[in-house]
Amino acid sequence: MKSRWVLFVPLAIMGLLFGAFIYRLTVPGETLIQSQWINKPMPLFDLPPATAGVAGLKSSQLADGKPRLVNVFASWCIPCRAEAPQLEALKAAGVPIDGIAIRDRPEDVAQFLNEVGNPFDRIGSDMQSSVQIALGSSGVPETFLIDGKGIIREQIQGVILQEQVPEIIAKLEAMK
Amino acid sequence: MIAELGLALLWIAAALACLSLVAGIIFLRGGPKDLASLVRPASVAQGVLTTAAFGLLIALFVRSDMSVELVARNSNSLKPMIFKVAGTWGNHEGSMLLWLMILSLSGALIAIFERRLREDTLVATLAAQAALSLGFFAFLIFSSNPFNRLPVAPPDGQGLNPLLQDIGLAFHPPTLYVGYVGLSVAFSFAVGALITREIGPAFARAMRPWVLGSWIFLTLGITAGSYWAYYELGWGGWWFWDPVENVSLIPWLAGAALLHSVAVTATRNALRAWTVMLAVIGFSMSMVGTFIVRSGLLTSVHSFAVDPERGTFLLALMAIYIGGALTLFALRAGTVAEGKKFALLSREGSLVINNLLLTTILALVLLGTLYPIVAEAMGEKISVGPPYYNKVAGPLALILCLVMVAGPLLAWRKDDGRKLRSRLPIAALAGAIVLVLLVIFGGHVGILPLLGMAVAGVVAVASLAPLWGRNLRRTPLPTWGMVIAHFGVAVCLAGMGAESAFIKEKLVAAAPGETVRVGDFDVLFKGVKPIAGPNYTAIEGTLVAMSGGKSHVMKPESRMFPGLMGTAPTETNEAALLTRPGGQLYVVLGQPVQGADGRADRYQLRLWWKPLVWWIWLGGGLIAFGAALSMLGRAQLLALWRARRARKEEGRWK
Repeated sequence: MKSRWVLFVPLAIMGLLFGAFIYRLTVPGETLIQSQWINKPMPLFDLPPATAGVAGLKSSQLADGKPRLVNVFASWCIPCRAEAPQLEALKAAGVPIDGIAIRDRPEDVAQFLNEVGNPFDRIGSDMQSSVQIALGSSGVPETFLIDGKGIIREQIQGVILQEQVPEIIAKLEAMK
Repeated sequence: MIAELGLALLWIAAALACLSLVAGIIFLRGGPKDLASLVRPASVAQGVLTTAAFGLLIALFVRSDMSVELVARNSNSLKPMIFKVAGTWGNHEGSMLLWLMILSLSGALIAIFERRLREDTLVATLAAQAALSLGFFAFLIFSSNPFNRLPVAPPDGQGLNPLLQDIGLAFHPPTLYVGYVGLSVAFSFAVGALITREIGPAFARAMRPWVLGSWIFLTLGITAGSYWAYYELGWGGWWFWDPVENVSLIPWLAGAALLHSVAVTATRNALRAWTVMLAVIGFSMSMVGTFIVRSGLLTSVHSFAVDPERGTFLLALMAIYIGGALTLFALRAGTVAEGKKFALLSREGSLVINNLLLTTILALVLLGTLYPIVAEAMGEKISVGPPYYNKVAGPLALILCLVMVAGPLLAWRKDDGRKLRSRLPIAALAGAIVLVLLVIFGGHVGILPLLGMAVAGVVAVASLAPLWGRNLRRTPLPTWGMVIAHFGVAVCLAGMGAESAFIKEKLVAAAPGETVRVGDFDVLFKGVKPIAGPNYTAIEGTLVAMSGGKSHVMKPESRMFPGLMGTAPTETNEAALLTRPGGQLYVVLGQPVQGADGRADRYQLRLWWKPLVWWIWLGGGLIAFGAALSMLGRAQLLALWRARRARKEEGRWK
């Protein structure tokens, strides 16, 4: 005769399964899919200056102990113009911001900075979108929150809204 | 009035289910004997009333009665009639009523036909079936009422998901449901037999045609669903290992295992507890599948409405039914006397291996389907795709096929392996020839398709081996059925292997007048023209496929369904298919492509040449046909019907 407890195994398996179902019904699935780069260091890159007078950007420069923003933008991007005041506000609050200009000409970048102001400490020129692709960024503008060790903590897709500004300042403050 | 009548019928049917259940319980606890005679007619009446309610729902759809919420949300007066009718089950509430109707009808059929079981076992079975339907009546009436009226009727309805507006909707859901729910009978038989401890050949023989019948429908439903997805979704795949496909495959695997173990129990009175277990598992998996698809745990074209309340309701029902049955099993199975013994090299032995392999595959598919849900509970996001299933289930399925053809060559109880030694080498030779030919001429073929086609060669020959040396006219129908079904597996396998190994794909942007070459075909793109359907507009492409001096016109469409009553417009692709003996040419018309000059004179075209692809569904059809022959051969329904008539005649003369 087989031992009696074996006969309860199917019931136990069912119990486990239903536990998972109940969990899933009470905690609906998270539909937001985060970037694979979150909590990983910035990919390695060394971008030349995007325009005269502003330094280029190296990934090693991002790990200088200060949390910062890296803004992926382009002069040909209309929403990036709309984002400029928010970047200015962040800059005014003492947030260091670096830029990566995507598929841009130096004279256009200069013109753009002239028109909307320059919040960037450094701007790297990503002519082939190679760094953008490596970052898992799908468009412009996008903003990455980097902690002092050069590790990506958050990716913001699209324009930073006015109400997000204090939030971002607080988050960067918390990383210090 | 129709809707109110429908709802009233549902309530009365639910009351009858309640009556069957209560009368059954009192009878089984030693109550008055007369109660038993109440259960049969109550079950029949419940089946009739539920069917009538479903008929009324169809009538509401046919009349486009927009004052009924379900019709307003899922139908439209402009829809062609066939989709008005089929649209009845193209939504959550209607499909649940269909489910319930089949459940009740199954109970009615047991009540009418089943005469071989002991009366108490039969009453217990019918009571179990009534308990099942009672829960789903409650689900329908309290949380998914199909007859709900709107306070104000809208001028017209929102229409049916255009992806579902296809003739496939008329066949795929009902067949699959008959299969799914037909397994409920096996479940109820198992519960009934556990309650009265009548687990033996009589119980297995009573259950067998039901298992066969529902498995036939499951096979047909899955085959039809696969073909439907193949031509309607426009991706040209026949199996995606999508969770909803898996939850239909899991009961099918359980049914296949049960089908074979029930044969052992019926013929040899062995594997008794195992057969009962599988009978419970089969319908449990149907319910789990329905739950997963309907609760919104997974999203797809099958999840009509995401509603956590319904999910909770279904989960509670399932916990009661599956938990109850498994508890009963745990308590009673220990007292089931062990069945007859047998040697490992015997028909029973091979069927045990078959069962173990089938249940292992079942467990692996279930694991893959549920793992993302469980993993997310532990904070990790994972999706499980074809690479997992192909790797874990593929090799096991191939081994299973080999065991499948060895089994019928073995005798019951104990075998000396003589037939195996004399007949299998020829089959192995066939497989080896296929393998060698493929390696020499096939070019670069993946290992799984390669082995698949070789095994198909073995199975094709070996499945016919039981017929060798027999008088074919005297061979009993069930043997023919088995041979055809097993041969169908070979056909199916060959189709899968050839399609995966030798598929040719082309994605081009072509202007009218251009010719595209795919496989052995030169396909001339003649141009496009706008056309209007009954409830959509479309761009229809005209292509001429030329091969070997013959030309065939193909007309793929890109259809646009307008958004009705505030819903979003939808586009669907109607692929054009050209079926040739060697395979199918599959053409999809895509978006117009803008050239450098800004003119959109080119169109995206996707063309596939799929060698032997239709063998997959032919194989599925053969499997179902073989199973049907086997069922007919046992001719139990017919004999039972005659016996019933005879009894009635007798009664009249007394």
